[in-house]
Amino acid sequence: MEKPMLSMKNISKAFNGITVLDSVDFSVEKGEVHALMGGNGAGKSTLMKILTGVYSADQGEIYIDDQLVEIKNTDDARKNYISMIFQEFSLIPTLTVAQNIFLTREDKTSFGLLNDKECVEKTRKLLQELEVDIDPDELVGNLGVGYWQMTEIAKALSQETKILVMDEPTASLTKKETKILFSFINQLKSKGYAIIYISHRMDEILEICDRVTILRDGKHVATEDCKQIDLDMVIQYIVGSSMDKAFEWKERAYATDVAPVLEVKNLSIGSKVQDVNFNLYPGEIVGIAGLMGSGRTETVSAIFGTGPKDSGDIIVNGQPVTIKTATDAIKAGLALIPEDRRVQGLVLEHSVKDNVILPILSKMKKGIFIDNKKADKVANDFVNKLNIKTDDIYKTTNLLSGGNQQKIVLAKWLANDPAVLMLDEPTIGVDIGAKTEIVDVVRELADSGKAILVISSELPELLALSDRILVMHEGRIIKEMQRREIDTEEELQHAIQGF
Amino acid sequence: MQSKDSNLDGTVSVGSHTVSRKKTFDWRNYIVYFAFIGVIIYFSVTLHDQGFVSTDNLLNIIRQTAMISLMGLAMTFVISTGEIDLSVGSIAALSSLTAALALQAGYGMIGGVAVGLGTGLLVGLVNGLLLTKLGIPSFLVTLATLGTVGGLAMWITDTAPVPIVDATFNFVFGSGDIGPIPILLIWTIVATVIAHLLLRKTSFGRQTLATGGNESAARFSGVNTQRIKLLVFLGSGFMAGFAGLLYAGRMHAGRFTFGQGDELSVIAAVILGGTSLFGGVGTVIGTVIGSLMIGTINNGLIIMGLDVSQQMMIKGLIIILAVAFGRKAIKR
Repeated sequence: MEKPMLSMKNISKAFNGITVLDSVDFSVEKGEVHALMGGNGAGKSTLMKILTGVYSADQGEIYIDDQLVEIKNTDDARKNYISMIFQEFSLIPTLTVAQNIFLTREDKTSFGLLNDKECVEKTRKLLQELEVDIDPDELVGNLGVGYWQMTEIAKALSQETKILVMDEPTASLTKKETKILFSFINQLKSKGYAIIYISHRMDEILEICDRVTILRDGKHVATEDCKQIDLDMVIQYIVGSSMDKAFEWKERAYATDVAPVLEVKNLSIGSKVQDVNFNLYPGEIVGIAGLMGSGRTETVSAIFGTGPKDSGDIIVNGQPVTIKTATDAIKAGLALIPEDRRVQGLVLEHSVKDNVILPILSKMKKGIFIDNKKADKVANDFVNKLNIKTDDIYKTTNLLSGGNQQKIVLAKWLANDPAVLMLDEPTIGVDIGAKTEIVDVVRELADSGKAILVISSELPELLALSDRILVMHEGRIIKEMQRREIDTEEELQHAIQGF
Repeated sequence: MQSKDSNLDGTVSVGSHTVSRKKTFDWRNYIVYFAFIGVIIYFSVTLHDQGFVSTDNLLNIIRQTAMISLMGLAMTFVISTGEIDLSVGSIAALSSLTAALALQAGYGMIGGVAVGLGTGLLVGLVNGLLLTKLGIPSFLVTLATLGTVGGLAMWITDTAPVPIVDATFNFVFGSGDIGPIPILLIWTIVATVIAHLLLRKTSFGRQTLATGGNESAARFSGVNTQRIKLLVFLGSGFMAGFAGLLYAGRMHAGRFTFGQGDELSVIAAVILGGTSLFGGVGTVIGTVIGSLMIGTINNGLIIMGLDVSQQMMIKGLIIILAVAFGRKAIKR
């Protein structure tokens, strides 16, 4: 076997005393595409952030071509020929494609001035090799998401690179673009690049990768040759055997012979979501499972009026409603707790109380002033009901833990008493204790008659919560499963992979 | 033509956007040029009898706008990074005084110029460091230095003007004419050419635009955005100091009132010229045209008999119109 081009040995990393990587070994050979897999929180992205200098490891060594290297920052990573394809982070919308690709590395004329012509020519060549049709003179801000990705890759390859890290590179690409990307990856392989490919999509990994390494709970589980594995093996590695007690599913009783509270009919958004239909009944918890980019978030954003929608009807309690903005949706009795609560859900600098009463300010008024007594009471009620751990309701929310922040977001929307509650990745970034509490709260809400729609990439959580699971794949609902019909997480994994 | 093909089989959309590849003529990029021509035609017709179109008056407009143009050139860089410098007027005032005092004290022309420009650089350095090291927003930092430096300019001579008798200084920095051409026009042209090349043709300019276009992306790409910001504030201080020298040379004195309120005109000129207040898009030529346009309007209004208060009101309105109708920031 050839000596590895990159070898990470014994890497450990902890945040605030919580171990996220525990003595992980990982190596990639020249001309190899190596997949990195694992569930959410398995440590994939932390490992790659250590490699690219975003974090530094608490322990462990990195060798490149058998040389011990120190990577303390992103500059060090670049000097060691490591490039990472960021999703959208490193492009400037107000500059052209060529200007972006050669930013800080522009060609100069003999007078020391920028030689834009040369850069444009080089870019044109590079893009031709990539087989992507992008005008080097086009402003990046005018390009679609898929072309941003291509520009990113072109940018990474325009500098001397040996090791290329791709994080879910196909998440925003169409099938055709994915094909182009894969043929390009094969080309890079034959040129001797080492490629680390992070993905959840088994079909892609089996198609493009040589080996796969699986992490679980910060530990290295297995490294296997892709020719000798199958879906079941990988799923077994990812899932492991330990099922969390807190995540045990309990069959819940709810009326099934009533009218649905929410009906979604023929919802389509470009090629991202196609002809989605489903009903939601009072007291029911429905989970949406799917890979990144399968259209889950787009679907709920469209229902809630915060994202685009091309066609489709939304019917609440038998009445068709027109939802153009979140305000319309709230009026119709819908609530959405978005994926990134820190950005979209909370005003972090404000107190618990101010956050909770924000959506219901109009009900908190006495004359033209805010009725503080009433507001305090409402806030205190929610703190008690949801068991939010805070000294008092006047504490600013950025001082609270992730789980408690998420509960405040919940409280915020419950204050308005919605009929339908939609949660997008409700437990991302919260510790295990808070997770189970959130699961309990969601169950209680459903018991009280609310209809709940949950998106989650964490299958144990989805299995613990849902009465029914819709599986989305490439913008369509490809499967509907009753929870009691699902025996194992593996079954759901299979469905999500689209096999 | 990959995407054209995909157009045919109906899978064109990449994410939620489609690729726009038409190079449309966006009239908003050129609005200042049309507006400028419009203003000149308007005054030429209405004020024809009062001598608006005379060579003397037109050269006068150039003289009056030179300082605004020069400060505007540097401000173009500042605003292109998404920041703002409100302290330029005060810097010009203080520099005119420190230069005059140095000349009075016998340091000679070179000494006077060095002290004047050094004053501007120093305030620019303070602005830049407060912004980059302490993370205070530039709006606040320069609002504070606007007051502090303006007060300092009043205090160092107890509001008294300082006369300048050095004839060479006065000739070179503002009063002189070479043949029929005012020396202020020459300064304006030289500085404009340099600033244009700097913004369009050097990596510093490119990185300035990148910083304003998306700061974190620029950082990811290896742009030292803090250094860029420090440099644009140094540049702005330097050019404000230079404008102070020109005021001093033109008026044969240093005085705390020089440059007072110029920040409004300078920012108006930059925004009017088409530089985006959100950063990322900047144009040096646009700024100069914007400055000339404001100067022309001022001049026309004076000839029409309006006074300073009315000019200020109109300048304020111009800023609002320029921002409202100017080119939209390209946002994702």
